[in-house]
Amino acid sequence: MTARRFWVFMEQEGGVVHPVSWELLGVARDLASQVADEAAESGDEVWVEGILLGHNVRGIAEQAIGYGADRVYLVDDPALEHYRNCPYYLTITALARKYEPEVFLIGATTLGRDLAGAVATSLRTGLTADCTKLEMGEVRGANRKLLLATRPAFGGNILATIVCRRHLPQMSSVRPRVFPTPPFDPEAKGEIIEETVDISEEADARACILEFIHAKDETLDIEYSDVIVAGGRGLGGPEGFKLLQELADEIGGVVGASRPCVDAGWISYSHQVGQTGKTVRPKIYIAAGISGALQHKVGMQNSDFIIAINTDPDAPIFDIADVGIVGDLYQVIPAMIQEIRARKEAHA
Amino acid sequence: MFHALVAVKQVPDTTNIRIDPDTGNLVREGVPAIMNPYDAHALAAAVMWKKKLNGHVTVISMGPPSFVATLREAIEMGADRAILISDRKFAGADTLATSYTLSQAIKAINEEDPIDLLFFGKQAIDGDTAQVGPGVAVRLDVPVVTYVVNIRAIDLDDRTVVVERRTERWTEVIESSMPALLTCEKEIADIPFAPLPDLIKSLRYEPEVWSTAGPVEFDADQIGVRGSPTIVYKMGTPPPPEPGEKINVREVGVEAALDFAFEKAAEAGVLDTLIGGAR
Repeated sequence: MTARRFWVFMEQEGGVVHPVSWELLGVARDLASQVADEAAESGDEVWVEGILLGHNVRGIAEQAIGYGADRVYLVDDPALEHYRNCPYYLTITALARKYEPEVFLIGATTLGRDLAGAVATSLRTGLTADCTKLEMGEVRGANRKLLLATRPAFGGNILATIVCRRHLPQMSSVRPRVFPTPPFDPEAKGEIIEETVDISEEADARACILEFIHAKDETLDIEYSDVIVAGGRGLGGPEGFKLLQELADEIGGVVGASRPCVDAGWISYSHQVGQTGKTVRPKIYIAAGISGALQHKVGMQNSDFIIAINTDPDAPIFDIADVGIVGDLYQVIPAMIQEIRARKEAHA
Repeated sequence: MFHALVAVKQVPDTTNIRIDPDTGNLVREGVPAIMNPYDAHALAAAVMWKKKLNGHVTVISMGPPSFVATLREAIEMGADRAILISDRKFAGADTLATSYTLSQAIKAINEEDPIDLLFFGKQAIDGDTAQVGPGVAVRLDVPVVTYVVNIRAIDLDDRTVVVERRTERWTEVIESSMPALLTCEKEIADIPFAPLPDLIKSLRYEPEVWSTAGPVEFDADQIGVRGSPTIVYKMGTPPPPEPGEKINVREVGVEAALDFAFEKAAEAGVLDTLIGGAR
């Protein structure tokens, strides 16, 4: 009897957990259930386990259990208070050598990418970046199910499914908001296991953080906004974003953008939606003057409700929009602002 | 003397990639190959610091013989030496095998001419994995700082470098020991116009080509397809989307179009969100 462990890295900074950690617990739970029959036959146990590093972060471990972890390995050490590559990857490498997880999922955030590449190399295993679909499936020649990790390639035109046949753990990174947040169960039972890992002075001294600089715009969190009003090349210039901001303010949302606008310097990168920007899944996504290039669509196609406004009736954005308005955004958006104001007043 | 190593990759210019509307396939013909833009900015930063510290810059790349063009471009931008790691046996490498191959070459370069700083782009625009930089750092056992937007100071006596790295939440100012590996954002340096002598040098320059035949030894089990734990199991095209409903403002007028949109929003259960968070 062996334990088949599905690991999720619990990303946190300053005690604030990144929600992608919960999303990945949901994914790990799905994957674990896909091997349940196979495991029952061979008498194996299947566990979903969170890996949490930090200082004074036990509360996050408790939350993780509510989001589906059977067990959380917690390494509490002052040296781990702020994320730094070397102490983190060495600690996780030590844990992975001890417990030998089968699958290891990490959020494809700036922190997670920095970490995942180092951990995978240190464990000499495979890592598939930015997966959009994960499942456990039978692969010819393998004696048990393997992780089938699917990611978009060539700007989303092709989906490539990657497997890691002979190396463990099978690692994948997943961008925030690609998968939904699982329900939180306050009654869920799980275990928190405190681990200590010796972090050498040398590893601790390699890099130190001198300062954190908070910039206003950089805190913009479009990934978790319920409403996004996004603009594309059809805006014609940077001024167009003022109109979009006005609409976003009216609805209580934020402004997004397609890559050409960011490349042209009309708006900052933190607003960019798409394969090289953010992945979003808001309740409402309004695409104004966005043609709908594949690389944009892969970043927003999971939105609940998409309204597209474009003068070109053949724009590919209409293929995925719930409502397509063929028309000039400079006519439609101001009218939409008026309409929303009128309806609000009617409500009041 | 300051010695910077820069790793560059040649990539298809994805901003020019087209999809054939009939077949849905990628049109590869006529897609120009360029130096990965993040690598170009990393190189520009290395050249800027080379000038400040009176040092030199070595550029390496792993890929087919056509990558020579990108290495010549690196010389044009101010690199002093360029090495192409090229062999059919390296083909099909995933990020683990790539990090092995690059690190073997870098170790050899470092032995004859110690390296102070390694510059990588934050990611390549054709794969977007951002895995090779941290991977090489682990193999070389040097600290890595990713998403670097600015190098504040390099102290060759103290063996430290102070950089700014940008994350989603903030910018961190980090002091790292050297040698260190930096993965760079575009902001790290502007790409300068090549001075004429560098331009002339680049035209005649022949990069060194290293292969499995030498001068560096590569473990055959760690390179190319054999050294790659991941394989492409299958390729597919995304399922075709279900087209939504379209309405033309020119035909029905803007008010009717908006009424239609609000009606659909109500059907989808998001009307309250649309009119301002259910106030």
